[in-house]
Amino acid sequence: METIKHFINTVCRPQIIFPVILAVFFFIFPPTERLLAANKKLGLYKLWTQKGGIALFCGLILAFVFGLTDPNFTKIVTKPDNVPIVGLIFLIVFFVWFSMKQAWENDARIAQGGKPKEADDAKEKILVWPDLVYIEFIALILCTVLLILWSILLKAPLEEPANPTVSPNPSKAPWYFLGLQEMLVYFDPWIAGVLFPTVIIIGMMAIPYLDTNKKGGGYYSFAQRKTAVSIFMFYWLVLWLFLITVGTFLRGPNWNFFGPFEPWDIHKLEALTNINLSDLVYMTWLKQRLPQNIFLREIGGFLVLLFYFGALPLVLAKTWFKELYARLGPVRYSIFIVLLLLSVSLPIKMFLRWVFNIKYIIAIPEFFFNI
Amino acid sequence: MGDHSNGNNKGILNKISETQVWKAIFRTGIPRNRRQRMMVMLNNVFLHLHPVRLPKHAVKVKYTWCMGGLSFFVFLVLTVTGILLMFYYRPTVEYAYGDIIDLKEQVPLGIMREIHRWSAHLMVITVWLHMFRVFMTGSYKPPREFNWAIGVVLLVLTMLMSFTGYLLPWDQLAIWAITVGSNMAGATPMVGTSGPGSSLLALGDVNFITSSSDARFAMIGGRFIGEAALLRFYVLHCIGLPFIIMIFMIVHFWRVRKDGGISGPT
Repeated sequence: METIKHFINTVCRPQIIFPVILAVFFFIFPPTERLLAANKKLGLYKLWTQKGGIALFCGLILAFVFGLTDPNFTKIVTKPDNVPIVGLIFLIVFFVWFSMKQAWENDARIAQGGKPKEADDAKEKILVWPDLVYIEFIALILCTVLLILWSILLKAPLEEPANPTVSPNPSKAPWYFLGLQEMLVYFDPWIAGVLFPTVIIIGMMAIPYLDTNKKGGGYYSFAQRKTAVSIFMFYWLVLWLFLITVGTFLRGPNWNFFGPFEPWDIHKLEALTNINLSDLVYMTWLKQRLPQNIFLREIGGFLVLLFYFGALPLVLAKTWFKELYARLGPVRYSIFIVLLLLSVSLPIKMFLRWVFNIKYIIAIPEFFFNI
Repeated sequence: MGDHSNGNNKGILNKISETQVWKAIFRTGIPRNRRQRMMVMLNNVFLHLHPVRLPKHAVKVKYTWCMGGLSFFVFLVLTVTGILLMFYYRPTVEYAYGDIIDLKEQVPLGIMREIHRWSAHLMVITVWLHMFRVFMTGSYKPPREFNWAIGVVLLVLTMLMSFTGYLLPWDQLAIWAITVGSNMAGATPMVGTSGPGSSLLALGDVNFITSSSDARFAMIGGRFIGEAALLRFYVLHCIGLPFIIMIFMIVHFWRVRKDGGISGPT
C-alpha cells in the first residue's frame, strides 16, 4: 500500500506528470490527420463510447475511493472550498466524454455521407411552451435542490478573523485563479498575473476570427475541426484545469509540491539551484564575471527572445505552418502565432526549469524586467 | 372535479381562469391549443426571452446541457440571497467578521450564506461548462462571433464577482486570498510599483509610480488590504459589477436571438 502511494506521489510531480500528459494528449485529441490515424490504430477513440465512458468514470471513482483511505488526501479534498473542484473534476470528465461521444458519432454519420444527428432532430419544429419551458423548469428545480442540499450538508468556511500580521502558509488565491498562481512558479507576476490573463482574454475573443473553418457549426463534431478542438482542449484541460488542480491539491507550504498522499510539512526543503541564462552563458560557459552593462549582460536572452518572436514565426510559416499560413493570411497568422508562441512559452519555461534549472531568460531585476 | 367535458361542472382551475382578475393578468388564458401556446410566449415579458418555436435539437439537454440557462438562474439565486445577506452585513473592519458569525448563529434557518457561497462556485463552473459546450458545437462561428466575445467578458466578470465577494467575510482566508490576487496588480507593467518599467515614469528624481499611487493602490484603496479595500470590494460586489454584468447579459441574450437563435446545423 505504502509503495503504491509513494509511487503515485512521485508520478504526480509536475516534472513527471506534465511530460506524460503532453506525450499522451495529442494522441487522445489528435490535431492532425497523421495523429488521428494513430489514434484510430491505438483504439483511443473507444474512450468516447458507452463502454469507454463507464471505464473512465469507474477509474475516476476508484481513484477517489482509494485516495479517501489516506488521511492526507482526505484532508485536502474535503476542505469546504475545495469540494467544488472535486465536483468540477467529475463534471469536466463527464462533459468532455459526453461531447466527444456525440462528436465521434456525428463524425461516423458524416463519413458515411449522412448528416449529423442534430440535423435530423432539427427537421421537426416544436413549440417553446410547453416543450422547452418544462425542461427549464425541471432544471431549475434540480439546481435549487442541489444548492439547498449542498448548503445544508456543507457549511461555508470561516477561518480566524482577518489578521494582516499573520500570513497563512500557503496563501492561496480563490481556486479559479490557481492556474495563474501556479504559473508564478515559472514566471514573474507581471507575466503570470497581468500579461497572461490579458492574453488569455484576447486569445479567447479571437477564436472565432482565427478559426476560419466553416464546417462544424451547430453540431458536435471532431474530424471536421480536429485542429481547433485539439488546441482548445489543450488550453482548457491542461493549461487551465490541470494547473488549477495542481495548485489546489498539490501545492502546500511555501508553494512546494506535495504528492496527494504526502503530509504538508512546513519544513520541507527544496534545493534552490536555479540560475539565470546570463549566469549560464558567462559564468558556466565563458568562465568569466558578469559584465557591468545590463544590455551586454542579457544579450543572450534578448537574442533568444528576438529569435522566438521575430524569426520563428517566419520559419514556421515557411515550413510546418505553410498550409495554415496560406489559409489564414498574414494578419490572422501573425495574431495566431503570437498567441501560440506566448502560450507555448509556459511549457517551454517549465522544461527549462526542470532540465536546466533556468530561472530567467532575461533577468533585469533593476527594472523588475525578468522573463 | 376536473371533468372538462361537462360544462356545468368545471374544474376549479378553469373557473379561476375565467375570472376577470385572471384574464386581466394572463391575457391568453390557460395555454391549451396551439394558438394559445404561441400567444403565451408573446404576451409574457419574461417568457418573451424565448422564441415561440424552435427546431427540436435546440431543446435537447444532450445538445445544450442547460448550462447557459442555469448560469442565469444561479445568477438570480445569487442576487436574491445577496440582497438578504446585505440586511445583516456591514462592510467595515470592525463589524464584518462579527456579522458573519451572527449570520451563522443568530439568524434562524441561516443557510443564506451557504447558498450564496456555493452558488458563486457553481456559477463559475456552469459558465465554464457553457463556454465549453458553445465551443464544442462550433457555435462561435459566424454570425455569432461577437456574442462569443460578449460571453468571454461575462466569464471574466463572473470570476471578478466571485473574487470581490471572497474578501467580504473578512477572515484569514479572505484577506490573504485577496492579498495574493491584488499583489498581481502591483506588478502591472508601467503602472505597478513592482512591475517592469515603473521607474521610467518619473520626472527627475520624482517617481510617479509609488506604492501609494499605482494600479494596486487604485484597486484596494491603500497599500495593504484594509478598510478601504473592504468598502471598495463591497461596492463593486454588490453594485458595480452586477450593474456591468447585467448590461452584458442583456446584450448577450439579445444577440442570441438576433444572431439567428440557438445554433444548429445549417
